[in-house]
Order: sequence, then structure tokens, then C-alpha cells
Amino acid sequence: MFRNDIKICLTLIATVLVAVFSAPAYADVFTDGVQALNAKSYSDKGRAIDALASLSDERSVAVLDALLAGKLVYKKSDGRVFIAHKMGGVYALTSPVNSKEVGEVAKSDIKKIRINNKLRGKLKGLLGGLTLMSKDPDLRLSAANKVFTANDPAMLTLLERALAREEDADIKVRLTRAHAAIVLVHSTDRAARLSAVKTLETFTDPDVSSLLGKLAFLDDAGQPIEKDPAVFKAAKDAHKSVESQLAKWALLGNLFQGVSLGSVLLLAAVGLAITFGVMGVINMAHGEMVMLGAYTTFVVQDVIRTHFPDAFDWSLAIAVPAAFLVAGAVGIVIERGVIRFLYGRPLETLLATWGVSLVLQQMIRSIFGPTNQEVGNPSWMSGAIETSTGLVLTYNRIWIIVFSLGVLVMLALIARKTMFGLQMRAVTQNRAMASSMGIRSGWVDALTFGLGSGVAGIAGVALSQIDNVSPNLGQAYIIDSFMVVVFGGVGNLWGTLVGAFSLGILNKFMEPYAGAVLAKILILVGIILFIQKRPRGLFALKGRAVDN
Amino acid sequence: MKHSIRNLIGAGVLATSTALSGMAHAADTIKIGVLHSLSGTMAISETTLKDTVLMMIEEQNKKGGLLGKKLEAVVVDPASNWPLFAEKTRELISKNNVDVIFGCWTSVSRKSVLPVIEELNGMLFYPVQYEGEESSRNVFYTGAAPNQQAIPAVDYLLSEDGGKAERFVLLGTDYVYPRTTNKVLRSYLNGKGISDANIMENYTPFGHSDWQTIVSDVKKFASKGKKTAVVSTINGDANVPFYKELANQGIKAEDIPVVAFSVGEEELAGLDTAPLVGHLAAWNYFMSIETPENTKFINTWKKFIKDDKRVTNDPMEATYLGFKMWVQAVEQAGTTDVDAVRQAMYGQKVKNLTGGVAVMNTNHHLSKPVVIGEIQDDGQFDVVWKTDGVVKGDAWSDFIPESAKLKSDWTFPWACGNCEVAKYAAE
Repeated sequence: MFRNDIKICLTLIATVLVAVFSAPAYADVFTDGVQALNAKSYSDKGRAIDALASLSDERSVAVLDALLAGKLVYKKSDGRVFIAHKMGGVYALTSPVNSKEVGEVAKSDIKKIRINNKLRGKLKGLLGGLTLMSKDPDLRLSAANKVFTANDPAMLTLLERALAREEDADIKVRLTRAHAAIVLVHSTDRAARLSAVKTLETFTDPDVSSLLGKLAFLDDAGQPIEKDPAVFKAAKDAHKSVESQLAKWALLGNLFQGVSLGSVLLLAAVGLAITFGVMGVINMAHGEMVMLGAYTTFVVQDVIRTHFPDAFDWSLAIAVPAAFLVAGAVGIVIERGVIRFLYGRPLETLLATWGVSLVLQQMIRSIFGPTNQEVGNPSWMSGAIETSTGLVLTYNRIWIIVFSLGVLVMLALIARKTMFGLQMRAVTQNRAMASSMGIRSGWVDALTFGLGSGVAGIAGVALSQIDNVSPNLGQAYIIDSFMVVVFGGVGNLWGTLVGAFSLGILNKFMEPYAGAVLAKILILVGIILFIQKRPRGLFALKGRAVDN
Repeated sequence: MKHSIRNLIGAGVLATSTALSGMAHAADTIKIGVLHSLSGTMAISETTLKDTVLMMIEEQNKKGGLLGKKLEAVVVDPASNWPLFAEKTRELISKNNVDVIFGCWTSVSRKSVLPVIEELNGMLFYPVQYEGEESSRNVFYTGAAPNQQAIPAVDYLLSEDGGKAERFVLLGTDYVYPRTTNKVLRSYLNGKGISDANIMENYTPFGHSDWQTIVSDVKKFASKGKKTAVVSTINGDANVPFYKELANQGIKAEDIPVVAFSVGEEELAGLDTAPLVGHLAAWNYFMSIETPENTKFINTWKKFIKDDKRVTNDPMEATYLGFKMWVQAVEQAGTTDVDAVRQAMYGQKVKNLTGGVAVMNTNHHLSKPVVIGEIQDDGQFDVVWKTDGVVKGDAWSDFIPESAKLKSDWTFPWACGNCEVAKYAAE
């Protein structure tokens, strides 16, 4: 008994001592508030977040930001909360209270404070509220959008204050939108709600449509969700008008998606338009050239990441020529090693190149392993242009459209304007005549095949931005490539262009109605029927050369 | 004297030869078949499992093998070619005389193996989550059945913490696993009061790479005023372009969470996950779960594969559990005979890598915990929800009327994988 008392006494003294010595760090509400974030359950964390945000302490923004970014951690030893920054293999901790550095720790000493989607949404809303009055207009704009999404009635007064002092017209519109949204959902004043519906109706915006939709639908029992009939009717009408506006924009979006798919098909097929279209080689290893290009991109990025991390945004610019050279060289080796012995024997060429494709796949699998490799998007290719009308144009797709057209123009120029292009056309049109004119037809064959393969390699660089970089990458594109070339007309670059874009757009307009699987089948059936009618494709070559 | 010397020599020779034959017997090995695709489309996932089995065999041999014999792997390559799976199974059992097979990934490959393994009375450990609706006497299913993955995941989405979803998009690759799983999910959701109008189902071919239309369709479906969630049974390669499109079109997990059943650490390895933070996956295992067993497993794996960056995933844990159970069952039975080992399998317990104990039930499915994790920016998952205890795997779903009647129990008096009444009357 006595012993226990001493023990308690000692503990008490120790506690007091600790409290005294660490007093500066533990004394205020803010520190306790931060510490409370390290709660067990998500609902406790939610309460702690609310409490912290209501402190109107400027430091809360940094803490909540860190929590949202997954940088708020606690030490396993004493449970104290810090903001962590990764520095190589270790983490540098800063105190959330006075932003002082408190040293570095290993990853195993700290643990991240976890949040879930619900808290993430809440944090974004709160941070929006906290940054509504910020000096930075970009921050204010994103804050206005966040407040709209969060739709929290507690922010109404804050919003009104922000509206009163906002001068930027764009931001003001966004603030009005957020204000109307909150009024519509949470107010009980019918007139105010009806005018909120009127305000919202002017926005052609999927988020607004979604909000109005909440009020405009019947529940499962067939009763309107919105109890006030006037508001229900207004919301329903507004929803319909916003939706019909959106539908027009969606059509435009659909067209963009079709063009984008077309550009991917064009990229994949344009190399084949040379090896198959111009030379007549049924090259089943074409897809593997694309794959080699994608792996070249991976290697280039890997080197840049380890040696010149600042130049990462340039990685694709370096990868394009590298991929052209790698795939082109492999193409020349294949032509000299295998294909040249098989000219005029399409069946043997098909089998031999198919064998080559398997060898290349397995080679890559042995070197890099069977799993996907990570190829990053440079910053100028990530994200999207998002208009307020719900039209999303992703940057990587836009660049691929531009890039594919660029590649096609380059090829056309090479074929039309250079000596090599002239020789290439001469050899493919009449080999005997070209040889007797002193053209080394063997070399021209090799270089032409190299050019086609190199272009396929370039396509691989672009495809690595939207698809897996795995040994199977090429297989996914080989059928599509042949389809485009045959449909467009063998031996005709413009045919490939038109073929690719018409297939892409057709596919994308059918997909919403027929589904992805059926759309693909319908396209294939369509092409088979088309080939029956026009065996030479859309743009058939005319002349004697064709008859060979 | 001479005579006795001769006797002595004779005895010596005899003794030596006995010893030699004994040694020869000891050098005899227990053969384990490894039936995972090492080439073709599925190599991306299955090669890892082949390596996992090899690692487990190496570990077991370090401990002195099994029943005094060394374990020996017989690796074959069915090359992602479904009929070849059946042929290779026949080859493994009839020609190589393996005692057990670890293998298969896709359900279609497992269905191809079934008739052969049943005809030859072999034993297969199948380590991947699957659609259920099956129970073979010769297969032990160590991956999750729908009630150990899909149902808890949907429950989470319906819950307060998961965002109280009221509309569901079921996206899947077009084959048996997604279609059956979605059938189960649809009737489950209907039972929870979510009408068919609030469920959108969409299927895409294997390796689908252009997700623009589907992702914008999802956005449109979600803009109908009710909280929407996506349940993805998209398999294999198609996942990377799908997630890239999600990220680029700016679908945030707070607005439309996507919960996936076939996306683990390995699949995320080829992705920049920063824009995907908060999207979910439901499994029985995550690499990020800290237990002493898991830490040890990860370290052994990294050392074995000689690559510090390699990750571990759920099917690897399922392989680990299956292997350990088989070893225990063989030790208990004292033989590798398939019928004896099968009997010894029931009730085998192995510690999960995520905590708790996995038990093999008489329906050839495991009892395991279910965990739901959110994707983090480092390509790992953070656990946001976990079942209290273990969940017993259900061979036949309770949510499909015709299956709900069926029972799978391979012990007396049932001894049947899909019966409505017991085969033998219990006395």
C-alpha cells in the first residue's frame, strides 16, 4: 500500500516535471487541437478537424493541408504530431506549432495520420473556406469551387463576406454559384430558394446539373424528393434546361474522343503503312516495334530520373529520337536477317515475323521482367483543360493528336521531297527498273523497313503515355493497325490518315449506344463488308504497279 | 576363421548396400507442380506467384524439407493459353508424378484444369480471388470468395464512412469472373433497396485501352444527384489506362470512389498514383499492414527476388497460406498421398500475414479477414476498414437464389460440393 503511494507520488512528480519542461509546447489550445487529430476513430478525427478549423488560427491551414497531403505524422514513441517532409531515405520533421525543424527520423519511427474519403472531402471544403479571403486569386477561385462542392451551410456568412469584397468577375461568378447552391439546399425560405434556382440555371455545368438533379428526382416511392412543390417544379425545369445545354457540349466531347482514338490508331498504323502498305511485307512484329519504343522511353526516363532529375520534362523529347533509332535498328536487322529472304512469299513472311515478335516479347520479359514499368507523364502532359461546361480535354490526348499529325507530315515530306523517298517509291513501284537505274534496291529495302519500324518506335513513346508499358503492349495494337491500313487503302499515307480518324470517330459514337465490346465487333464486321465491296480500301492505288 | 571373415565382409557389403539404398531413398524428393503462365498476357501477374512458390520451397528446404525429403519444384509454362493449362496439368500428374500443384490465375484457366485434376485425383491450390459458385474435391481455394471481398466492399461504400453511396456503376472485363460477381452484387444491392435504375453495368474486352467514353459515361451517371460509387472488376492490363483516364478527367475519390477487386500493389507499380489517392481496393492482404509475420515475409521476398523495389500482394499471401497449410497437412498425414492429405487439410490453421488465423474449412475455402484500403501516393494502400474477425469463404453465394440452396462440405455425411441434401444419412 505504502509502496504504491510512493509510486503514485513519483509518477505525479514526474508528470508535473515533464509538463513544466515541455510547457511552451503544450500550453495552448492550438497544440491540443493538433494533438487531437491523432485520434483512433475517423469520427473523432472529424471532430478534431472541425475544432481546429474553428480556432481561426492561421497555422491551422498548414496543418490541415499537411493532413490532406498525407504529411501529418506522429512519432510512434510518444504519439506527438509533426509535419514530415521526405528527404531521401529519411523524414525531416517540423513542429506544426512554431514551424521549427525538430530533426530527422527514419520511416519506421513515425506513422502517418490516416484519413478516409469522407474526411478528405471535409478537409477540402474547410480549406476552401479558410482560403476564401486569401490574397492569391487562384487560391480564391479554387476555394470558391471547393466551397461549392462541400455545400456546408456553416460557410454561408463567410461566403457573403467574401462576395461583398470580391472584385474579380470570374471569382465572383463562382462565389455566386456556391452561395446559390448552399441556399437552395439548406435554406427554408421559398423565395430565396427559387431565386437560387434561377441563378443556378444560368450555369451550363455538370456539377450544377447534379445539384439540381438532387431535387428534381422522384424517390423510390414515386414521391418527389423535394417537398416544396414550387421549388420542385423550378428545379426540374432548370435541370432539364441545363442538361440539354450539356448534351450539346457532350457531343463535342465525343468528337474529341473520337479524334483522339483516331490519332492513337494513326500513330500505331503509320509505321505499318510503310512496311506493309508500301513494301507489302506482312509484318507481325510491328507491334513489338511499338513496344520497343515504349521501353526505350522507360529507359530514358530511368536514366534521367537518377542522373538529371530536373530535366524530367524533357525526357520525351530525348526519347523520341532514341526510340526511332532503337526500333529502326532492330527493324533493319530483322529485314536483313529474315525478311529479305522471303520477299514474294507472304505466308512465310507472316510466320517468320510472328516468330520474331514472340522472340522480342520474351526478350523484353527476360530483361525487364513481366510486370508493368512506370513511365511518368511530364508536367505538360498531365491534367486537362476543363471548361465549366463539363467538357474535358486531357493534355496527353491533345498532344498525341498534334504529335500523330506531325509524324504523318514528316513521313509525307520524306517520301515526297527527299532522294531517299524518291528511291523508296521507285523500288516499290518497279524493282527491276529501279535496279537498272543504279539504285541499290537491297539497301533501299532495308532503310525503308527501318524507317517504318522507327516510326513505330516513335508511336511507342506516345502510347507509353496512355497505356501499359509491358511486354504485351504491341499485341494490343497489331490488329488495329492492320485494320486501319487495309481500310484506308494499302500503300497510301492519306488513306491511313482518313482510315484512322474515321474508325476512331465511328467507334466513339457507337460506344455509348452499343458498349465497348459490341462497338468493336460492329466495326470489324463493317470493315469485312467494306473490303468485300472495295478490296483495295478507301483510297486505292491505281496503275500498273498495283497488279504485281 | 576364413569363413567368418567372408561372412563379415558379406555382412559389411550388405550393410553398406542397405545404407546406400537408404540414402538413395532419402535423396528421393517430393515434387511440387507450379502451373503459372510465364509468357503471354497473364505472365504479368502469374510470374510473381511462380516465384512465390519457389521461395516457399526454398524456405521449407532450409528447414530440412518435409518428411525427411527435400522438396523439388516442377515448373511448367501454360503460356496464358487456357486449354494448355489442362494439358500441362495432365503432364504434371501423369508424367512428372507431382504430389500437389500450385497454379492458375484466371477463372477460365481453372475451369480448364478442373476435369483433368478430378479425373486424375490430383490436388490444386488456387490462390486468386474469384467468383465462387464452384467447389471441387480436388481444389483448395485460398483466394477470396465474393462474400470475402465484393460484399464487404459494397457494405463499406453503403456505410457512413464509405460515403453512403446510392448509385453504383459496375465496370468489368468481359468474362466469367466479373459477370458472375456483378450478378451476385446486383441481387445483393437490390436486397439493400437499390433499384436497377440506380445500377449501371458495363463490360469491356481484355486489354481495353481507350476509356474516354466510359469514364465520361460514369461522370454523367454520377451527375444525377445521388452519391455514386464505382465497383471495378476490370482485370489485368486494362487497369493502367483506366486509372490514367480517371486521373486525367479529374475524378476524385471524394466525389466518385472507385473500389477495385483486381488491383493490388503489383498493378499500381506501373502508375503514378498521386492523382488516385483515396480510390479503394478490397482484399484480404495489403503490403502496408504491419505485423511481424508480414515484415518477415516481405524481407524474405525481397531477398529471394534480389530486388528491393518489388512489392507483395494478396495472391502471394494466398499462395503462402496454401503452401503452409499443405506442409502442415502432409506432416500430419505422414504421407503426400492426395486422399490422406485432403483429410488432414480440414481445420488446418496458419497465421495470416495481416493478423489473426486463417482456417481451412470443409468447403475447401478459407476463413480470412477482409480489409479495405485506400490508394496512397507511394503506390501502397492504407487500411481504412477491417472486419472484426475472420470471414468464412462461401462456395455458393447466398444472394443468387438457385445457389443459396446448395451446400459444399467434403466431410461425412455430406461429402459433396453442390448438394441440397447430405449424400449419406447421418446416424
